[in-house]
Amino acid sequence: MGGFWKRFRRDRLAVFGLVIIAILVGAALLAPWLAPYDPSEQFFDGLTLEGAPLPPGERFWFGTDTNGRDQFSRLLYGARTSLLIGIVANGIAVLIGTTLGLVAGYVRGVLGAAIMRLTDLMMAFPALLLAIALAAILKPGLNIVILVIALVNWVQIARVIYTETVGLSQREYIEAARAMGAGTARILLRHLLPHLVPTIIVYATLGIATTVLLESMLSFLGRGVQPPTPAWGMMIFESQSYFLNAPWLVFIPGAAILILALAFNLVGDGLRDVLDPTQRGRG
Amino acid sequence: MLAYLTKRLVASLVILLGVSVVTFGLTFMIPADPVAMIAGRNSTPEIREQIRHQLGLDRPLPERYVRYLGRLVQGDLGKSYARKSDVGELIASRLPPTLLLMLAAVIAELLIGLPAGIYAASRRGRVSDKTAMTLSFISVSTPQFVLGLTLIYVFAYLLGWFPLGGYGSFSHLILPALTLGLAGGGWYSRMMRSSMIEVLRNDYIRTARAKGMPEWRVILKHGLRNAILPIVAMIGLDVGIFMSGVVVVENVFGWPGVGQLMWQAIQSLDIPIIMGVTIVAACFIVIGNLIADMISPLIDPRIALR
Repeated sequence: MGGFWKRFRRDRLAVFGLVIIAILVGAALLAPWLAPYDPSEQFFDGLTLEGAPLPPGERFWFGTDTNGRDQFSRLLYGARTSLLIGIVANGIAVLIGTTLGLVAGYVRGVLGAAIMRLTDLMMAFPALLLAIALAAILKPGLNIVILVIALVNWVQIARVIYTETVGLSQREYIEAARAMGAGTARILLRHLLPHLVPTIIVYATLGIATTVLLESMLSFLGRGVQPPTPAWGMMIFESQSYFLNAPWLVFIPGAAILILALAFNLVGDGLRDVLDPTQRGRG
Repeated sequence: MLAYLTKRLVASLVILLGVSVVTFGLTFMIPADPVAMIAGRNSTPEIREQIRHQLGLDRPLPERYVRYLGRLVQGDLGKSYARKSDVGELIASRLPPTLLLMLAAVIAELLIGLPAGIYAASRRGRVSDKTAMTLSFISVSTPQFVLGLTLIYVFAYLLGWFPLGGYGSFSHLILPALTLGLAGGGWYSRMMRSSMIEVLRNDYIRTARAKGMPEWRVILKHGLRNAILPIVAMIGLDVGIFMSGVVVVENVFGWPGVGQLMWQAIQSLDIPIIMGVTIVAACFIVIGNLIADMISPLIDPRIALR
């Protein structure tokens, strides 16, 4: 473990990503205390006399939106939405993908083939379109968004875990465990799963970046979490028509999405270099 | 070769069949009852029964699926709620701008990704390599709607180099194609870099260097030819990624293609259009994968046919 941290620390970009994540998680958790205003409150002095949003200034640090709400407070609460969906939806996707990939890779046979054909089928749908179709049919909301993203995002990790499990299953120690009478469940959980943990960690981290981007797109299309819950993609959706006059309404939440996705990508890439034995020693 | 092609073709058809089962299943999840919608609130049970019969909803499920599949095969994707017109025709009329945009985006991503990847591989481990790879991470982490709006603000609004949006001339095409292709460019630069690094380890590269061949010639003549092979096959897979992207990009730029149609359908919850675009996109992806599978053995004989 010490060696792990030592090598991870050498990747300055990954450490930078980790610091960003820590700051954003802190901001999300402490939003009620850090936010100067209620994110839903529409201020009388939050708009100009003509009814236009205010640019960043002393009273409203990041300006106000088209409804006269404080953008800084909305940004902080929006971090909660992004991180919650990013972590929970991706967590469910990783759980589904790992389970199915593990079972398909070890059990093989009809069940394994059926699972892998299902992943082929899922790959035929563009993730965003399938998510939109599901979100359009079901009533949009936080739980549905999490469910929809988990349902479209488990495929990639399932395929990776499948490939690794197939390779591991042919090792002699698995043969030995079976010869000693270990059942399927015991082999899956005690002998295969621990070897897959590095891969799972890497893909779980990279998957959060994908999830954050997918969530922001859904919410930009108006099919994500619903108002009044603040979400970064929705903040841009709401101010899109006003964008040339009030570009900060797009740039600030846009930068937030970019930074969050980038941070998870950098950490995931750093973890891959450290954890993936096939990559060790390469530049 | 023929056996391989047949096998891939059959597999693709099976996937398309699976797609139709999924979309058929999705229509059952729609909460609104089509009979009640058509019959109205004051209809008698007899009228409802009649409509149910006309729509074929009183038939057993397998029969309804076969009818649904029969309509799909004939290109009948149903009628739009809002526009009262044929979904298949609507999509077909919107396809040319979308295909043009996708083609331009492929060119954009290759023009960005390949040189960046080759450059990074040739400067491996140095600051310029790290910078290029960091930029590629930023490009894949940027939401396309943010990138599109930013490009509009800077290059169309502030600088006035391009139109703010719309369709018609070459200059209308540049910004949307860049927006759609930039993330792919970042992705390709990483693929190209690792592929090139892999190829540069080969003995024939060492031989070329030992002969005194300049490094840029080694890379472009011997390296590129081999390193680019796995990349070319991936272009077919871009179609799927672009099908998601066009919904966002066409909306941002007012590009009158399938993506914009989809965007409008999402706003008005026009389910037949949403399902129709999803089915068409799935067909595109399956065909794209099939083309990728067929091209790979042609351009790289080392790939075994399975």
